[in-house]
Amino acid sequence: MAGGLGCDVCYWFVEDTQEKEGILPERAEEAKLKAKYPSLGQKPGGSDFLMKRLQKGQKYFDSGDYNMAKAKMKNKQLPSAGPDKNLVTGDHIPTPQDLPQRKSSLVTSKLAGGQVE
Amino acid sequence: WVGRGGGAGGGNDIQWCFSQVKGAVDDDVAEADIISTVEFNHSGELLATGDKGGRVVIFQQEQENKIQSHSRGEYNVYSTFQSHEPEFDYLKSLEIEEKINKIRWLPQKNAAQFLLSTNDKTIKLWKISERDKRPEGYNLKEEDGRYRDPTTVTTLRVPVFRPMDLMVEASPRRIFANAHTYHINSISINSDYETYLSADDLRINLWHLEITDRSFNIVDIKPANMEELTEVITAAEFHPNSCNTFVYSSSKGTIRLCDMRASALCDRHSKLFEEPEDPSNRSFFSEIISSISDVKFSHSGRYMMTRDYLSVKIWDLNMENRPVETYQVHEYLRSKLCSLYENDCIFDKFECCWNGSDSVVMTGSYNNFFRMFDRNTKRDITLEASRENNKPRTVLKPRKVCASGKRKKDEISVDSLDFNKKILHTAWHPKENIIAVATTNNLYIFQDKVN
Repeated sequence: MAGGLGCDVCYWFVEDTQEKEGILPERAEEAKLKAKYPSLGQKPGGSDFLMKRLQKGQKYFDSGDYNMAKAKMKNKQLPSAGPDKNLVTGDHIPTPQDLPQRKSSLVTSKLAGGQVE
Repeated sequence: WVGRGGGAGGGNDIQWCFSQVKGAVDDDVAEADIISTVEFNHSGELLATGDKGGRVVIFQQEQENKIQSHSRGEYNVYSTFQSHEPEFDYLKSLEIEEKINKIRWLPQKNAAQFLLSTNDKTIKLWKISERDKRPEGYNLKEEDGRYRDPTTVTTLRVPVFRPMDLMVEASPRRIFANAHTYHINSISINSDYETYLSADDLRINLWHLEITDRSFNIVDIKPANMEELTEVITAAEFHPNSCNTFVYSSSKGTIRLCDMRASALCDRHSKLFEEPEDPSNRSFFSEIISSISDVKFSHSGRYMMTRDYLSVKIWDLNMENRPVETYQVHEYLRSKLCSLYENDCIFDKFECCWNGSDSVVMTGSYNNFFRMFDRNTKRDITLEASRENNKPRTVLKPRKVCASGKRKKDEISVDSLDFNKKILHTAWHPKENIIAVATTNNLYIFQDKVN
């Protein structure tokens, strides 16, 4: 295609996008996701999803963990819940704000007529 | 249109009708009421549900009224009990959910019924028994239980059993605990009716139903270095006839068949079922959507079915390199994967089930839709579990999702689907065309139209 540098670059860009969307809707979705979260998939080591899956469950405040983490950090600031609350390690400690509400008392299931339909 | 349950597939199309719905009407769903498992027993007379609150509810089918059989017997509450309670892992400061992950019935051996129920960490064997007589006429006790003054007893009598109102009691007979570091996703009773397996993310254990303080580890896929972890176990099941054979599925879309006669630790599979993927089609989502959420053997034992995010696949145990049948559940979601990843729906674990004759398979979807695939006619249908069609014997109207372009009347567009209304758990009566479909907090029972 004749024309200046700008024109050629445009042409390639358009063709590339069209090609991508034409092949797989999945690829287009992937592009969307990567545009929103550029750091996705960059983390080395075991898969994020798998680790998250293995460690599901509400973690509670543990004074032992807290004190050990404090000792490790020495002069640095006190430990607090990391950005990923689900990660279970000694250094990630939930703060009182992160604790869930107290569970309500156990009652009969509504499937068994616990409530009139 | 769906093949008849009992016999071979044939011309007669069946029509599905609403029969019953259980649970609260209100939209405000308490977390404890979320249904987490549904299972018919071997005769189909009993239907058990488990929920997030650790409770089990068992329904029993009424004896058919032979005189006016407009429909088969209804399911009414038979027993309900608290199976699991919330617990706390003090070592890790983690809460252990009481949610019932699976219920499996034992075949009936005597008057009582037995089932296994499991949460993330502990499996329990429950005995459900009926009491319809009670002893009366004690010499030393009054009828209300108070003790009599022995000096007032002048004659003796023999206590006798007299009928009483039926009482159904559930009692925990065995508790199988402390054998799983990770979260239990499956339990499966062996065809020997003496042993069963329990599977968590990385290990599978073999138990004897009578022994609670010991279990054998038969599969261990935990890597020496957790940084090397690439896949987890997602489901496991014993073969219905071969007591030495079981399968387990993975988050990478593979199924391994193991033979316990080969070695004590079945880390090496006897067969590996995997459909080859075209590497040029690979995307960020490929592995996630290939993760198998459920695996079920056919009643015949010749086939097994797997459910991944978008499809249901039927595998012939004699052929490892690809499934013999593939059914698309909701292919229109492929162009929505980005948002389904963002709202976590892409991680939803749908189950699947066979009908009694292995001619039809069923699985759930979103918007309270569920799908059935007839393996003989190759026809499929989408139905909805909704209170709108709740008059008994109302025939359900087939639903259709419009993927793109012009939406026809009565069709629903992909963007209007309610992704919070998911049908993850369904069950098919072992002999009849009766199905149990669980929405978030309601249990629907449908049956075929009986003339």
